[in-house]
Amino acid sequence: MKDIIIIGAGVTGALIARELSKYNLDVLVLEKESDVGNVTSSANSAIIHSGYDPKPGTLKAKLNVKGAALYPALCDELDVSYSMCGTLTIIDDESQWPIFKELLERSKENGVEMLSLSKEELLKLEPNITPNALGALYAKKAGIVNPFELVVNAMENAVDNGVTLHINEGVNDIKAKDNYFIVKTNKGEYETKVVINAAGLYSDKIASMVNDIDWHIIPRKGEYILLDHRTAGLVRRPIFPLPSEKGKGILVAPTTSGNYYLGPSSEPQEERDDYSTDSLTLGNIKTNASRLVPNIPYGDTIRVFAGLRATPSTHDFIIGPNGKYDNFINVAGIESPGLASSPAIAQYVVHDFVEKVLPLNKKDNFNPHIRKHIKIKLLNEEERNKLVKENPDYGRIVCNCEQVSLGELKDVLNRSVPPHSVKGMKRRTRAGFGRCQGGYCLGTVSFLLAEKYGIELTEVNYDNEGSNLIIEKIKKVNND
Amino acid sequence: MNKEFTCIVCPRGCHITVDEQNNVSGNFCPRGKNYVLKEMSAPERTLTSSIRITNRKNCVVSVKTSKPIPKGKIFEMMEVVNSLHAEAPVHVGDVVLHNPLGIDTDIVITKNIL
Amino acid sequence: MIKKDLVVIGGGAGGLAAAISAYDNGVKDILLLEREDHLGGILDQCIHNGFGLTTFKEELTGPEYADRFIKELKKRNIEYKLLTQVSKITKNKEVFYSNSDEGFVKVEAKAIILATGSYERTPGAIMVPGDRCSGVTTAGTAQKILNTTGYLVGKKVVILGSGDIGLIMARRLTLEGAKVICVAEIMPFSNGLNRNIVQCLQDFNIPLYLSTTVSNVIGKNRVEKVELSSVDENLKVIPGTAREIECDCLILSVGLLPQTTLLEEMGGVKFERNRGPSVDNNFELQIPGIFTCGNCLHVHDLVDFVSQEGLAAGKSAAEYIVNNKEEKDKLPVTAGGLMGYVVPNYVNKSAEELNFKFRVRKPTEKAFLYITQGDRLLKKQVLTLLLPSIMVEGKVKLTDLTNEPIEMRVDYE
Repeated sequence: MKDIIIIGAGVTGALIARELSKYNLDVLVLEKESDVGNVTSSANSAIIHSGYDPKPGTLKAKLNVKGAALYPALCDELDVSYSMCGTLTIIDDESQWPIFKELLERSKENGVEMLSLSKEELLKLEPNITPNALGALYAKKAGIVNPFELVVNAMENAVDNGVTLHINEGVNDIKAKDNYFIVKTNKGEYETKVVINAAGLYSDKIASMVNDIDWHIIPRKGEYILLDHRTAGLVRRPIFPLPSEKGKGILVAPTTSGNYYLGPSSEPQEERDDYSTDSLTLGNIKTNASRLVPNIPYGDTIRVFAGLRATPSTHDFIIGPNGKYDNFINVAGIESPGLASSPAIAQYVVHDFVEKVLPLNKKDNFNPHIRKHIKIKLLNEEERNKLVKENPDYGRIVCNCEQVSLGELKDVLNRSVPPHSVKGMKRRTRAGFGRCQGGYCLGTVSFLLAEKYGIELTEVNYDNEGSNLIIEKIKKVNND
Repeated sequence: MNKEFTCIVCPRGCHITVDEQNNVSGNFCPRGKNYVLKEMSAPERTLTSSIRITNRKNCVVSVKTSKPIPKGKIFEMMEVVNSLHAEAPVHVGDVVLHNPLGIDTDIVITKNIL
Repeated sequence: MIKKDLVVIGGGAGGLAAAISAYDNGVKDILLLEREDHLGGILDQCIHNGFGLTTFKEELTGPEYADRFIKELKKRNIEYKLLTQVSKITKNKEVFYSNSDEGFVKVEAKAIILATGSYERTPGAIMVPGDRCSGVTTAGTAQKILNTTGYLVGKKVVILGSGDIGLIMARRLTLEGAKVICVAEIMPFSNGLNRNIVQCLQDFNIPLYLSTTVSNVIGKNRVEKVELSSVDENLKVIPGTAREIECDCLILSVGLLPQTTLLEEMGGVKFERNRGPSVDNNFELQIPGIFTCGNCLHVHDLVDFVSQEGLAAGKSAAEYIVNNKEEKDKLPVTAGGLMGYVVPNYVNKSAEELNFKFRVRKPTEKAFLYITQGDRLLKKQVLTLLLPSIMVEGKVKLTDLTNEPIEMRVDYE
């Protein structure tokens, strides 16, 4: 009998797992995808909102403000790229002043420090911004994070502290027993005292396996355009338009890796697995982005992609017992500001809900840190040379665009949450993330994955099962 | 009826016309004329492909026919190529198979794998 | 601290020729750095024939062509390092490279020649719409996998873009047992060489659809279908023209871009419309002692011209090193009319002749090249059968130059 099964290894599931790994508990995380953080957690705006925006009194408001405050220490412990660069919300039309004032009021109610900037102050911070800007709201404590690192490193830390992770294992059914559950997956069956439902886009499906629920998830697509880091200093922090009922709007933002993205769009849809992009939406993103920053170097576009947000029908996070089951805890509808809130969500779930149904005994040997990642690109000559003397693989650069060494690729393969796909490798190391999009490093990455898992090149997947890059070996000799 | 050709001898890709009296026009150089006359009677192509190197992991080496072969023989020659393999080291110019189809053409290595 | 007279970055066609030429022009202290495990660059995977007609008067395959230059390099005992990546260069001509034997090494050079080649425009860069499934790849990647490791990336293939690599791959895939369903080209003309359309498509009855693009990619894990649509003269999809084609792979051949990361990160370099750096008639950047040649300067149609450019850049670098030759007085060279871009972008005022290369933006039956300085016409030349796929070369005598820019222009009349 497991103590806890967490369904879903997105940012919420991973941070809950990590919070639980501080205690003497038998925790299993089930992830249907081939990697952790493979869905909503890896295709979002990667912004740690300060919390001025959610309606006061909501869970979103409470957990966003608390979560954002936890980020600096968390990212330090988990070796995650994070920058408290602030965010700017631009006003470029006289008619917007009432909304502007309302937001300023709301930030005070939520207890978030916000500055009102004049046009001159704004242009000093962001010289490339539209000359039509009239002013801006400056959330100084907001920031940006590397969401791939956050989820992978949080899960790695959880696994290092005793949590078990199963990938490629989706939940098909859950049976409620007297005071435990039977969880059936595509691979087996488990008994568990507690279920934590962090299944993102499918959290309503999971919840309704044991209970009639009065809420549901509406997948809401956000398409993005990603630009190379060729143009340094295009913007120094995320630039928002004023929010509307459809969300925070289309922004122009830097990433922790120096790239920029434009987006997201915001379209509700039926399908929970449709990540397609379309020319009309992308064109619309360009128009809106150019309104904020006129001279965007579209020639530096390296990728377009879409993410799906798990929008709750209730418009607020759904966190708490699933109906009469105090030991089945829903953590659902974690849309924006979900990423910013997630560290606070993890604490809230563990201490306000899990603790009521299971005794929490602290481990003596909990280690809050993961083994630090070596990033060749960030080291000076001397540091690099010292490293290469110990391990020559750090001298061999295999990703030209992002300057990633063979040593870094091998290192992530030997960690406790290793990549199983080309995409997993790309997220962890940035190999293949640059302007050639893996044109140069794909071979090396594929060979390493094939070697690590003892598989053929034709079995190396880009992403989930069935997404192999190579179809067939030709010119086979004998028993090849 | 005139016949139209695009010359493949060089990158210029001349548009060449041959009339009913076999008069050739549109070619920039004499090689163009030779090309279309050959193309009309017995078109030929050099075949390039690869063969597996058995003592290296995931490795093939490039090969070619030592001379252009009749266009109609290309897939037949491919079958021959696909049945071949070699062991490194191999060198540019090594003959892997001598005159396989009896058309006075060898299969030759075009790359060094040492 | 290592000191070298000349560091050549890149051991492909341009770098090999540049190193050989610099050597032959009196510079013996040369270091050539190559990131792959072999010299020859991209020629290694271009196993088809058709290389070397200009240089060697015979048709060679890519690896054979490379081998001729590699032999010349080795004959001269020019030092080279493989599996060695340059991560940084500076305006003071320091080169930082890295490999697993030596770690990170700084070299102080008197001159640098960049011959870093090009990279492929990716599906993301042209924003191919539809599902984000596997099985959408670039022609060069498919080529490398097929020709060096012996694997197919697809068995039922649609190719988008009729660049030469795409055409060549259509033939290679067909020969190796895949079915190439069609090649779609968004422009009303092909961007590949005519000869490749004949011997790679027509020989194998592969249709080429002009004014056609991929308007949707459909597939869950791998590509299952692509949707082709016709486009209008503004390259916009015409509604109602979509048709679905079942396939397991979409290969893109939509152009190469100069690989200039090192120059971008060094700073102080101006880039032209073709995304290559500005150079003078000696292939020297605005920063003295840094030269460039080959596809990292502008994407070539033929490797023979890359080699020629490498030889010229090597000679210039040698003159700079041996004679301390430094040109200060440079006149801009501009491209106008139908001309897409021109190399060089500056000419030294002391130059007696200007050798130039350019491409036109669209196919043109007949046009005129005008080279002027101020009101003075330096040259007028009639040009016929101009294609964007073909690089045009030429030269003009320079006499009595003033300080005005030299304007080059291709026009209908």
